[in-house]
Amino acid sequence: MNLAERILNGDRKAVATLITLVENDSPESTKQLSILHSHCGNAHVIGVTGAPGCGKSTLISKLTAEYRKLGKRIGIIAIDPTSPFTGGAFLGDRIRMQEHFTDKNIFIRSMGSRGSLGGIAKSTADTVKILDAFGKDIIFIETIGAGQADVEIAKIALTLLVVTMPGSGDDVQAIKAGILETGDIFVINKADIPGTEQAELYLEQMLNLTSYPAGKWKPRVMKTSASLNTGITELVDAIQSHIEYLKKSGEIGAKIKEKARIEFMALVKQNVTKYILEQVIKKGELEETIERIIKRQIDPYSAADELVGKIFSE
Amino acid sequence: MKKIRVLIAKLGLNGHDRGAKVVARALRDAGMEVIYTGLHQTPEQVMETAIQEDVDVIGLSLLSGAHMTLFPMMQKLLKEHRIDNIMIIGGGIIPEEDSSKLKQAGIAEIFGPGTDTREIVEFIRSKVKK
Repeated sequence: MNLAERILNGDRKAVATLITLVENDSPESTKQLSILHSHCGNAHVIGVTGAPGCGKSTLISKLTAEYRKLGKRIGIIAIDPTSPFTGGAFLGDRIRMQEHFTDKNIFIRSMGSRGSLGGIAKSTADTVKILDAFGKDIIFIETIGAGQADVEIAKIALTLLVVTMPGSGDDVQAIKAGILETGDIFVINKADIPGTEQAELYLEQMLNLTSYPAGKWKPRVMKTSASLNTGITELVDAIQSHIEYLKKSGEIGAKIKEKARIEFMALVKQNVTKYILEQVIKKGELEETIERIIKRQIDPYSAADELVGKIFSE
Repeated sequence: MKKIRVLIAKLGLNGHDRGAKVVARALRDAGMEVIYTGLHQTPEQVMETAIQEDVDVIGLSLLSGAHMTLFPMMQKLLKEHRIDNIMIIGGGIIPEEDSSKLKQAGIAEIFGPGTDTREIVEFIRSKVKK
């Protein structure tokens, strides 16, 4: 039996092995993912992003417990940064999820970002597919502790939670562009500490500056204290309303189509580039051109035009 | 690119994880992906984590004296799950005679207090070919 068949048969070792192959860019992974494609499309992907230490892992753990009560099967992909200096990574998100380790209906995978920017890893999207085909109903993606412009997660998640906490900035922070434009639900976690009302006010005011046409989703602001387990059922309800909105409005179809387009175009670009670099360009030609650019004999813009022009005239 | 993945685990009733964190940090700085799961783990929890994370090495840290019970339990679980590609190493306060017994029983190596972390890195690199 190949890996894909074993995954469809419920073998979690095969799931783990295929994720590793994806992370390692093994050509075998593409073959297996092709087989899994027709079995995907059932999971709802929830992105969880926010600054380091705001409680993303704990929040996911508590949401997972709540969804397990509803009988949902859960996948969790937790991304932590890879060191740009050594290539190593310390993956510690699992510490907050201990209560779920032996539940066979939950699969947790920690992932190093391995050089990707934007808060997730290159292999995150394919890992979502593997967990989807494996039969998970809900898949959480925890981004690395995100900065203001880490918005890659918005391209993968169908519902995006932006987690913040009291005392993490004033109204000026709240009107900046980037991550705050992408959230479907804003979660003020650690809402048991002072400053919660102020944080709520800033976020509400920011949202009120945007006009949401009737029938469009207006992001909600929710308050939780993950470690005290308060506000979690309310948050699950809010997520559920967002899922229903996506379905009713037809926006889910548009989102899925856009995801498929981005993925397909990226693969086309990747394959075309690979083909040109490996099959068309003569050995050494690239290096020669780079030398010419360094010596200022040609500028990079004209050099690229020249190279591509030559390929298509042949 | 392939990377060595290591699970560093604290088994049982044992609350001291300074050593585990020092080792985890050293392995991280050696370019490995280190998964740390926190205190008070049962062998079953460690086993599940090792499976889902597809690790090459499980590093067990123990200072409570229960190593002659918990290390073999870990090995038994690996056998039950028919996993033969994960190496177990151990660290902590483990007397010499226990250490040799554990090694005879298949624990790859035991690293006691004062071990140079470079020694651990080299040991893992030499055993896990990636």
